[in-house]
Amino acid sequence: MHDEAVVNMADVTVADAAANIRAYLRENMTAFKDVELHDEDNIFERGFFTSLFAMQLLHYVESTFDVEVPDDYIVLRNFSSVRRLADMVADLKSPSGE
Amino acid sequence: MSDVDPSEVIARARSFADTGLAPRAAEFDRDERLPADVVRTMAAEGFLGAAIPARWGGLGLDPLAYGELTEVIGKACASTRALLTVHTSIVAGTLVDLASKRLKEKYLPALARGERIACFALSEENAGSDAAAVTTTYTRKGDTFVLNGRKKWISFAGIADLFLVVASDHGTTSAFIVERDAPGVDTRPMSGFLGNRATHIAEVAFADVEVPAENLVAGVGAGFGFVVNTALLHGRYSIAWAGVALAQAALEEMCSYATRREQFGVKIGTQQLVQKMVADAVTNVAAARELCRRAGRFLAPRTADAAMETNIAKYFSSTIAQRATSDAVQVLGGNGCWSGFPAERLFREAKILEVIEGTSQLQQVMIADFGYKKYARKN
Repeated sequence: MHDEAVVNMADVTVADAAANIRAYLRENMTAFKDVELHDEDNIFERGFFTSLFAMQLLHYVESTFDVEVPDDYIVLRNFSSVRRLADMVADLKSPSGE
Repeated sequence: MSDVDPSEVIARARSFADTGLAPRAAEFDRDERLPADVVRTMAAEGFLGAAIPARWGGLGLDPLAYGELTEVIGKACASTRALLTVHTSIVAGTLVDLASKRLKEKYLPALARGERIACFALSEENAGSDAAAVTTTYTRKGDTFVLNGRKKWISFAGIADLFLVVASDHGTTSAFIVERDAPGVDTRPMSGFLGNRATHIAEVAFADVEVPAENLVAGVGAGFGFVVNTALLHGRYSIAWAGVALAQAALEEMCSYATRREQFGVKIGTQQLVQKMVADAVTNVAAARELCRRAGRFLAPRTADAAMETNIAKYFSSTIAQRATSDAVQVLGGNGCWSGFPAERLFREAKILEVIEGTSQLQQVMIADFGYKKYARKN
């Protein structure tokens, strides 16, 4: 149960990260929301998740992409859509971000 | 890396619990205060820094060992265990997870040594489970944030040196460390609670309290989604073990009594209806402890599923603690209803666990949502 694999993303692209994040969000969306999830959708404002999910997302990002999210990155905005999450992961994986 | 031997720490805790806490727990409950010598001993033994990493001066116990420590203390005295929950689990745990390096350096070593006591100022008159509804406000003013508002039912606010305060700025929720001696901070003791009576519960008022910008925990807007959730995750893990502790204490009370007390010429423990209560308690305590250990294993590497596993453990253990303590009162009969025996206090303390750190009803909602996502067949 709950097996998690660290993604080998030494050369992670935004698209790679987005695909992984999209799949994770779809898997965790409430069972009663039969709607499309677009990469730019604000997942909190559209009601797909409550902000309670933000912390779970933080741990998902850190454990899946093997990054440490700095405290000044820990704001809801960075976790609010597939696009923003993927951009943050790519930023943290870039040489200047590590 | 910590060179602390967890089993040695737990042995010391057990000794202190047996000699310094259990015999005095009724007195603490009656007097509605935790004596200073108890807090000092908890600090001197390192228990208040038990879960804080060694690099910040703590013992660096992993979640499993820390959970066992929580059970040992909680079985002897619920209010002393609450100090671990609030100070160590909730506040220190949240700072370890989310605070800037500067804020960690500023506060964690003193918290680890127990030189300063911390509490979690979230609840308000109309904001409990709906934590996002806090009305305490903050505004930016130069290099400071200015806080105004009133918190209620804050455990250990009566003696705390630091408050982890959740406040809102027009819907943007943030969290701050506020020092007790900051001008404009005022506390007022509260009394008359069902349980946790010795936790120095108080109201806290903030009147134009200026907080240095560096005391912001994580970023602006991280208050609810991140800080509150992290705090409640740590708190729920602690409360899950608190349930095991109370249920174990109740089990020992009912077994001890049922093997001595005679009615109708036989020991009451030979009655099958009493045996049912004992059997249920034995089984439920074992199951709750294993759920807590399971949550601890998810928390150790901090997986994304740790929060749900902790919710499950907290929901189950607080539920069975209420049942086991209620059954202990039943087995003890009239003595169970009297403060001369621990059963009535255990019963009151257990009920608290179904309310704090997220009511059982909130846990049920979250667990059901998890169930639908995980177990509903997709096709």
